[in-house]
Amino acid sequence: MRQVELEVLRYNPETDREPHFQRYSVDCQEEWVVLDALNHVKETLDPTLSYRWSCHMAVCGSCGMMVNGEPKLACKAFLRDYQGVIRVEPLRHFPVERDLVTVIDDFIAKLASVKPYLIPRDKAPQASEYRQTPAQLKRYKQFTLCINCMLCYAACPEYGLIPKYLGPAAIALAHRWNRDSRDGGRDARQEEIAATEGAWECSFVGACSEVCPEHVDPAGAIQQVKIESTVDWYQEHLMPWLKK
Amino acid sequence: MSRKPYERAITSEWIFRHPRYVRYMVREFSCLFIGGWTLLMVWGLKQLSEGPAAWAAFLELLKSPASIAFHLLTLAFAAYHSVTWFNLTPKALPLQVGEEFVPDWVIAGAHYAGWAVLSSIILALAI
Repeated sequence: MRQVELEVLRYNPETDREPHFQRYSVDCQEEWVVLDALNHVKETLDPTLSYRWSCHMAVCGSCGMMVNGEPKLACKAFLRDYQGVIRVEPLRHFPVERDLVTVIDDFIAKLASVKPYLIPRDKAPQASEYRQTPAQLKRYKQFTLCINCMLCYAACPEYGLIPKYLGPAAIALAHRWNRDSRDGGRDARQEEIAATEGAWECSFVGACSEVCPEHVDPAGAIQQVKIESTVDWYQEHLMPWLKK
Repeated sequence: MSRKPYERAITSEWIFRHPRYVRYMVREFSCLFIGGWTLLMVWGLKQLSEGPAAWAAFLELLKSPASIAFHLLTLAFAAYHSVTWFNLTPKALPLQVGEEFVPDWVIAGAHYAGWAVLSSIILALAI
């Protein structure tokens, strides 16, 4: 058991003009994560504290927040890894709805725009199952691990500075389907991801991949999209006969 | 209940929020030196086209302390840019052979090897 000082950004849209920090002293177990401490605050000290969480096991992607300035899943940020006061803020680059809850409409719209689902090659579904070799699966598997936690958006200065930027997770998920041997929707997705405000807005800071709790490596996906889009452009302009 | 989301402004302090952003900005900043050096080379070509006297004056200018300092800085920035860039190449150019992906060090290593070979050729031609 140890006492942990939490400094949490509070914002009540009904009464506050701007957010402010509130400090809580919490008696914590050694094995607790930041989310446990927040739950303890809500249950015993201050029931008005608002934040999102669900699974407590780094699967749902709901509890993304800034812990000492770094985007983290609160359920994966162990208190024992921090010294002194732990500062908890809502995910950066998103408007604050209330306390640690952010407005994520922009991300959801961007995610939907890249059609992150299987678009079959043929209009009529295949009569039998769609077979895939282990090699074909491995080609995209890493990019399926995204849990839409948006830590990559909070880490990406490009997204902070240019809100129109499609952003790391949306591009990585589009890339995941583009690399799937069963999928035929690449042309439809290229409209979004090969645009100026798609992959080309990225200047390869690489922060998205560093903070990704699932090791998806969105920065890698974005660079691969850039290379493939460049090949597309050359094929279209220099070798138009190759285009179907 | 009315909604009133609060928009937090982004200021230039983001650069210093984590060492990774500083490293990134240094990589971006390196282009100023590399670009400046390229312009210097273009100017050198122009001097070469204007005859031996102009070319000799250009070579003399390159020997000045300011020029040597500029070249050392440019070399440091170019090396930093190249190293950070080559280390990132496995992300951009993943190579799948059969089921497995070629290890990162092979892809980055191939770039370093290409760099060494090309630099050796240029050095051999220059000496």
